[in-house]
Amino acid sequence: MNTVVAKLQRQFQDYLVSLYQQGFLDNQFTELRKLQDEGTPDFVAEVVSLFFDDCSKLINSMSRSLERPENVDFKQVDSGVHQLKGSSSSVGARRVKNVCISFKECCDVQNREGCLRCLQQVDYEYKMLKTKLQDLFNLEQQIVQAGGAIPQVNIN
Amino acid sequence: MDKGFSPVGLRVLVVDDDPTWLKILEKMLKKCSYEVTTCGLAREALRLLRERKDGYDIVISDVNMPDMDGFKLLEHVGLELDLPVIMMSVDGETKRVMKGVQHGACDYLLKPIRMKELKIIWQHVLRKKLQEVRDIEGCYEGGADWFTRNDEAHLLGGGGEDVSFGRKRKEFDFEKKLLLQDESDPSSSSSKKARVVWSFELHQKFVNAVNQIGCDHKAGPKKILDLMNVPWLTRENVASHLQKYRLYLSRLEKGKELKCYSGGVKNMDLPPKGSEFSSVHQSPGKNSYAFSGGSSDPKQLASSSVSDPSSDVHMPPKAKKTRVEFDPPISSSCAFDSLLSWSDVPDPLESKPQILYGSSFLQQQPLPSQSPYVANSAPTLMEQEMKPSYETSVNADEFLMPQDKNSTVILQDLDLSAPSAISSINVTNDTESILRSLSWELPESHHSGFIDTDLDFSWLQNEHFLANTGLQNFQLQDYSCSPSLLSELPPHLWFGNEPDEYTLMVDHGLFIS
Repeated sequence: MNTVVAKLQRQFQDYLVSLYQQGFLDNQFTELRKLQDEGTPDFVAEVVSLFFDDCSKLINSMSRSLERPENVDFKQVDSGVHQLKGSSSSVGARRVKNVCISFKECCDVQNREGCLRCLQQVDYEYKMLKTKLQDLFNLEQQIVQAGGAIPQVNIN
Repeated sequence: MDKGFSPVGLRVLVVDDDPTWLKILEKMLKKCSYEVTTCGLAREALRLLRERKDGYDIVISDVNMPDMDGFKLLEHVGLELDLPVIMMSVDGETKRVMKGVQHGACDYLLKPIRMKELKIIWQHVLRKKLQEVRDIEGCYEGGADWFTRNDEAHLLGGGGEDVSFGRKRKEFDFEKKLLLQDESDPSSSSSKKARVVWSFELHQKFVNAVNQIGCDHKAGPKKILDLMNVPWLTRENVASHLQKYRLYLSRLEKGKELKCYSGGVKNMDLPPKGSEFSSVHQSPGKNSYAFSGGSSDPKQLASSSVSDPSSDVHMPPKAKKTRVEFDPPISSSCAFDSLLSWSDVPDPLESKPQILYGSSFLQQQPLPSQSPYVANSAPTLMEQEMKPSYETSVNADEFLMPQDKNSTVILQDLDLSAPSAISSINVTNDTESILRSLSWELPESHHSGFIDTDLDFSWLQNEHFLANTGLQNFQLQDYSCSPSLLSELPPHLWFGNEPDEYTLMVDHGLFIS
């Protein structure tokens, strides 16, 4: 039984580290994990869930603003990007955040094409992250169910 | 296990339209043992605050709120309730930060926010209370202000490890109180005058008068008073306000200059421990800018304007690595140097004021040398000085004296491409006009620079958020030890030890252990 747990834990650790290495996550995610405690065992999951909801909402509204080429509300888009950036910085969604930076630049120069590309990219990134984190949480659950503890992973 | 003191039960109101951040901040603040109320809208926040006027100790708000500009909220809170407000944003653009300053924020935190940053917010509350006490007592002397800043620097030096200072966070303290009692003025020393509240309008008149007189003539209090045409105002009031204003302006100057130079100096060489305390303030007639802003030796500033700062400021290579490269020289520093006689200024590193109990005070350090900041801020500062938008408050004058900002702001992940070297920022014109204005005749007063030790600190015990357990963590220091020398230095320079320790420089007579 122990080996099962150990194996899962190892898997979890490797997976988490890979997410950092591939740039999906940054230090803020580590901080989030630190905040989680016995009283709030689902804290991280809840927070990222809020984040993904927020992403979806923001992307939709920005998409609407960018829809008609003759009438783009760049102000609104800019506001959306700003919010998205802030939000992504809260969970450590590094890739998403990075796209926001380029996104903002496109906004600043009112480049609709560029904005659309960024929008697409940000959509892709957040969904990708969502999948990855889902896998991570699943691993966590398996560990807990097997009676093990979630490893503290140190990322440098 | 995080060490450090955090008053239990500090009542914090967090305002952020981002649900993710709201949840995270709530959790973080709860971990600090604070009592947290969250709010997603600015108007809602105001409603809550007004409903329970005495229900909160501090407000933390995001700058970007959908229903109301965060700065507006800041103004309201400051004006109506006089609560300390901390602004937050993912955007660290200097302009915005300065806006926060002007609107009276006591701090401006960059997201993502660290636990360490939240752990020290109580210091703002304490500081504000201290200021209020001082105002009420009315026995404030100009020098006391000076000391507070130093003490606060100590407190906040522990606000984060060196690394955190090197992070994206910008910490700076805003000097908000303008004290008008000019104790050393012979005509006023005997009696306690009614405090003059320097409202926004009044201060505007003052600034207008000052500008009208211009920098060519020597703008003295009498002339300013005449121009202001405020019947009930006395020359002494103006004189003392003028002095603060000058200090404020020169702090801004220093802040801009030092932005270039400091950048994460971790273990700066300390001056010999045997330094005596000498009066900070020069005798009248000299240009004395020997106040602390955590600034380095002004001579260094001047000289480093033409050379690589590392040769003057002892930046260990290690620290430099984490900083973005920059091109330090700013024309202003040269101008500064030429206009003022630095020889009169004692080496700040050697002459330290007596350290007294200070309340919260964030980094005195100027912003780091990241060029965008400097480039943006210099002209902005100038403009803003001339048109200050100081908020008014009921019981106190809000005279914003931005302290030198933290030297080590690194935006998260350094996603910004490294800024190109600062092209010579043409701030000379503005700067010079400001600087010329600094050469106004100093008022007669000089300050002894010691807080009246009779200040009543009993309120400290009454403050519910000061848990007994917390108080035990205070370390009482005596004046002879080296940290007192460090008051001039940016906290992160001398606070090379355990980052989470908060050491308070305490006047034994004042502090309740």
